[in-house]
Amino acid sequence: MAGTALLGRLTWQLAELVEVVAETPRVKTLVFDVPGWPGHRAGQHVDVRLTAEDGYQAERSYSIASAPDETRVALTIQRLEDGEVSPYLTDELRPGDKIELRGPIGGYFVWEPSDGGPLMLVAGGSGIVPLMAMIRTRAATGNDAETRLLYSARSRDDLIYRDELERVNGNGLTVVYTLTDSQPPEWTSYARRVDARMLAEVAPRPAEQPRFFACGPTPFVEAVAEALVQLGHDARAIKTERFGPTGG
Amino acid sequence: MGELMLDGNAVAGLLQEVFAVEMTTAVGTCASCGAAGPVGAVHVYRGAGIVLRCPHCDNVLAKIVKSDSRVWIDSTGIRTLEVTV
Repeated sequence: MAGTALLGRLTWQLAELVEVVAETPRVKTLVFDVPGWPGHRAGQHVDVRLTAEDGYQAERSYSIASAPDETRVALTIQRLEDGEVSPYLTDELRPGDKIELRGPIGGYFVWEPSDGGPLMLVAGGSGIVPLMAMIRTRAATGNDAETRLLYSARSRDDLIYRDELERVNGNGLTVVYTLTDSQPPEWTSYARRVDARMLAEVAPRPAEQPRFFACGPTPFVEAVAEALVQLGHDARAIKTERFGPTGG
Repeated sequence: MGELMLDGNAVAGLLQEVFAVEMTTAVGTCASCGAAGPVGAVHVYRGAGIVLRCPHCDNVLAKIVKSDSRVWIDSTGIRTLEVTV
């Protein structure tokens, strides 16, 4: 679907918060109802705009976490202490409240069920969000593309969507965790930052021509992309999305 | 510097606002090294303005400055841009 160009200017529209799900102590999923939502593809994002009483505006981009579902759009948002936007979204916004958003946006960091697999997803922290949209879209469409997720987080409590990932693990989807800072007792999986050796063990071989989607903080994504090229994977098959420090 | 680098996905909304078409899948060719690749994969630096750099040779592809009512784009570093319409 490389040729999918969505013609039309982006317009801001009102979205009503309908549900809040606490994912981790610092992360919440906000489900919005967006009248007239045209649908989206896994990996796309929205821009959110907040306007203060004095007219000051702040804009941020957030990945869509949900599979396409009529006019519902779920955003999973990490609260950043010094953030300008995320503390308001995660602490102040209540069901029934409205915000402005526009989207869906993006087409490069996108997976369509018809693209097939094998699919190798590599997530650092809240970089799991657009990859979860891919996992959910795969499940919702009954797609059987062989999919592996390597998910790096600081600790078990920082794993977003942990219960859901446990449930969907299987049926061609393999979930592998690495916990970099602290591990629960009897932790048997990885306990270090993602490196070339780990990717060699978890990812399909280059001969299988996997499609890669890596998302996370910039240094994480850089390290993953470099390691994959070093392992002999085609750089053109590695799609990346970097989270910056200005995500707030 | 690495911490501040993002990629073309980060300016997808702004570019779509200007060009009225999804731009991260558009393929740009660097005027300096000749490498061609999707806009979504270029390196993006945000400061007072936005700078797009070639992921292969670091050449400045474009500079973008946005105010409330105007967007200014210097695209000297891009030789060609191929957009699906």
